[in-house]
Amino acid sequence: MRENQGTSESRLLRGVHRTLTGLHPALESLLAALVGMAVGAILMRIWGYNPWKAYAALFRGAYGSAFGRASSLARGVPLVFTAMTFAICMRAGMFNIGAEGQVFLGAAAAITVAFFHLPPGLHLIVGLVFAMIAGAAWSIGPALLKVTRGVHEVISTIMFNWIARFLVFFLVVNVLVDPRRAEKTLSIPVSARFPVLVSRTDLSYSIFLAIAFALVIYFVLWHTVVGYEIRAAGLNPTAARYGGINSKRTILLSFILGGIGAGLAGASIVMGQPPTYAMFSGLPMITNTGFDGMAVAMVGRNHPIGILVAAVFFGGLTAGGRTMQIFASTPLEVVRVVTGVIVITMAIPELLRIFPRIKGELVKILALIRKLHQKRASQSEESP
Amino acid sequence: MDISQIGSILIITLHAMVPICLTAVGEIIGETAGLFNIGLEGILLTSAFTGVLGAKAGGAVVGLLVGMGTGAIISLIFSVINTYWKGNQMITGIGINLFALGFVAFGLIVLGSPGFHPVPPEGRLVAIRTPWGRLSPIIFVTLIVPFVAHWFLNRTRAGLILKATGESPEAADVAGIRVNLVRLLATTFGGILAGLAGAYISVSWIGSVTKQISAGRGFISLATVVFSGLNPLLALLGAFVFGLFESIAIWIRNLPAARMIPWQFVAMIPYVVTLLVVSGAIGRVRFPKSLGKPYIRE
Repeated sequence: MRENQGTSESRLLRGVHRTLTGLHPALESLLAALVGMAVGAILMRIWGYNPWKAYAALFRGAYGSAFGRASSLARGVPLVFTAMTFAICMRAGMFNIGAEGQVFLGAAAAITVAFFHLPPGLHLIVGLVFAMIAGAAWSIGPALLKVTRGVHEVISTIMFNWIARFLVFFLVVNVLVDPRRAEKTLSIPVSARFPVLVSRTDLSYSIFLAIAFALVIYFVLWHTVVGYEIRAAGLNPTAARYGGINSKRTILLSFILGGIGAGLAGASIVMGQPPTYAMFSGLPMITNTGFDGMAVAMVGRNHPIGILVAAVFFGGLTAGGRTMQIFASTPLEVVRVVTGVIVITMAIPELLRIFPRIKGELVKILALIRKLHQKRASQSEESP
Repeated sequence: MDISQIGSILIITLHAMVPICLTAVGEIIGETAGLFNIGLEGILLTSAFTGVLGAKAGGAVVGLLVGMGTGAIISLIFSVINTYWKGNQMITGIGINLFALGFVAFGLIVLGSPGFHPVPPEGRLVAIRTPWGRLSPIIFVTLIVPFVAHWFLNRTRAGLILKATGESPEAADVAGIRVNLVRLLATTFGGILAGLAGAYISVSWIGSVTKQISAGRGFISLATVVFSGLNPLLALLGAFVFGLFESIAIWIRNLPAARMIPWQFVAMIPYVVTLLVVSGAIGRVRFPKSLGKPYIRE
């Protein structure tokens, strides 16, 4: 009743409340990031590193200079694509952890443009198309196994990741190899490279492709029938089936869309990251792009806009991890520990409510300990 | 092929079977109670590393115990999040795997040898000598564990309670069973077995730890669980089959006639076989009704 009167005060309160609930997911992501960094700090302390110095070097390296900011964005570019791979399938109710292998194949497919000549621009587009086809093709396997045989996508995508890894190991040293340098593949020719956006950094125009891809996926998911069906299948599969949605088609489509994204991630690394524009044996530049993307997707709440923001954060962690390694001599592997803890924390629903509960439990335990102490104290007073 | 070759293939098979069998049987216990732990890969990797730390400090047995403790701690965190806090089991598992990748890579650097760290000879578990090679004593433990688990699940009251919490947590709750506690204990037990498996890989079998020593075995174990349909005896059989293919892959790699085949394709064999086995197994398998869902009392 009173709310209907709509006094200016209550309207203001409601407005504040709505803003706070709107910010809720962002606050939870922030809290998870803090928990992750705290655990990382504890581990550094235990193993004899100075966490303050390390994090200071990390953030100064990531965001403290124009060069750092550019390279943070550059590291974020492939993560946007792989995060979309995970997020699309999450929206459809599946856990696609196959981005890793699809990135490998996308990068290998993009390298094949080094075998022929085309005019600049067209050459780049052909490379991107190759990468998209390779990524999508590698994602069809797990999708078909799920649709036809009911194989859980977590198991099948991981197996496809390992097979892709060995396949690309083979391709790198036997097919795509640079005849003059056996440890790397042929380099992408200049006509098929993304132009550098900020000179003397590794940030290239591939960042615009990443933003465009995120916006396209946003449009597909929220403004097309296909996207509606994907989201409906994810929210309530039974209801979606009764509503006439073909679940097999949504599974295939979301896997293929994700595969296209992962393929582009591979292409954006080899075609858009100076200075080598090639793959090396052992795939050091490419490994873990798919797995880090899952963390980006979770912190970004599986939403394209959230993912863009989260990619800047994780790109910063990766770029800053290198400066941390150099200036605070702390191994950059710490960053992956932090990432893992962030993901674990993000698995807890209503994170913000659990913290007061833990605090409540702690207060109870402390009160119990105090009571025990008092009891013991009074006993020891009585006994002598 | 003569008898000594068959003998050595058999020995490699048995060694490769151990981690998959132990992890799969542990996961069967956990899945029977209703929790689906895809963080097993991370548990194997982390405990392989901490097992080496333990073995260096106090010998092989301490190493195995430290590995089991590591598995217990990680799966305790996993199960608290996914029972009392109603978390998402898949995401927690993915997070554990990512954490393990970073933790072990970091730890190897702290030990001063990025990528590879050997177990000192006095820290290796003493092996039994046979004419075809050394045999780890853990193999005999592994041959017993599935039978004990089978007896426990089907012949004891506790086993029935476990099945009830996985099949119908509401009914179990009404019957006075503490669903979340049962699930927590089951998953923690599974984690201890996975921890033993991880420490076995480094301390007893391979004798060193690398950044990727688990090599997908956690996920192959999950595939074995699917193949077994939550029957520990079939998990033993499945693990033996996977071990056989792993040792065949090693054998092919050393064949002079197979020099033509690139090693990368031989290395794919265990993963391809896993896909084939899993896609063939599903359809006849029935899992607990509430597998993967948190229990929320109404």
